[in-house]
Amino acid sequence: MSEDMEDGGDIKKFMYMNRKAPYGTIYALEALEVVLIGAAFDQDVSLAFVDDGVFQLTKGQDTAGIGIKNFSPAFKALGDYDVTKLYVEKESLEERGLTADDLMDLVYEDEDDDWAEKPSIRLVSRDELKTVLAEQDVIMSF
Amino acid sequence: MKFGVVVNEGPYTHQASDSAYQFTKEAIAQGHEIIRVFFYHDGVNNGTRLTVPPGDDRHIQNNWSELAKEHNLDMVVCIAAAQRRGILDENEAKRQGKDADNIAEGFRISGLGQLIEAGIQADRLVTFGD
Repeated sequence: MSEDMEDGGDIKKFMYMNRKAPYGTIYALEALEVVLIGAAFDQDVSLAFVDDGVFQLTKGQDTAGIGIKNFSPAFKALGDYDVTKLYVEKESLEERGLTADDLMDLVYEDEDDDWAEKPSIRLVSRDELKTVLAEQDVIMSF
Repeated sequence: MKFGVVVNEGPYTHQASDSAYQFTKEAIAQGHEIIRVFFYHDGVNNGTRLTVPPGDDRHIQNNWSELAKEHNLDMVVCIAAAQRRGILDENEAKRQGKDADNIAEGFRISGLGQLIEAGIQADRLVTFGD
């Protein structure tokens, strides 16, 4: 952690770890609620999706049969909240028979590049994610 | 060092609240500062004053309330998570038209911003849960 955080005036790197399936438990939904509130604090925000957490980003979710609200469309709004770094672990996808094509098309508009539309999802290996995690100041695990 | 503590599981079913309590108590004993204990997910259930465990068992909620009183701890229960699970203070009970409240002494109900703020202000944010 940087020494200049003492006065609280600098930006911290926040990582939200999403490890659980979107339904079955409430962790995924309540994690997203933290991310959306946290977006108002102007910190450097990243999300990671590992283990069953990768199911949170799959497209075509239909929860009609379980009587629970499908909250997956909310992920599409993250770009508007300047939440633009969604790391998805390749091994977790592979272990579950998923590929990047199974995931929602999530994008953000890059203000430093004439508002060009860019993908928010970054596929990373377990090793690469380890490096990303080591750079964080605050990790919240859900 | 300044610690923020997050409790994500309810009492008794899960050891998270016990572990968080032991950690908080010991951190204070060793001279560290606990800037906030934040209760989220089922962790909000630690904040009801209506729990009645058997007499030969630890009283998790009372333990927290006493620790808060002794060390002036800031213990925050997430409002959104609390409302879902029926944890209300007097104001919320009135606002929601409920006939009772159940928040325990030393706990206060507030928003998720308090969790983010704890992450910003603490040197380390320590999470207890699954």
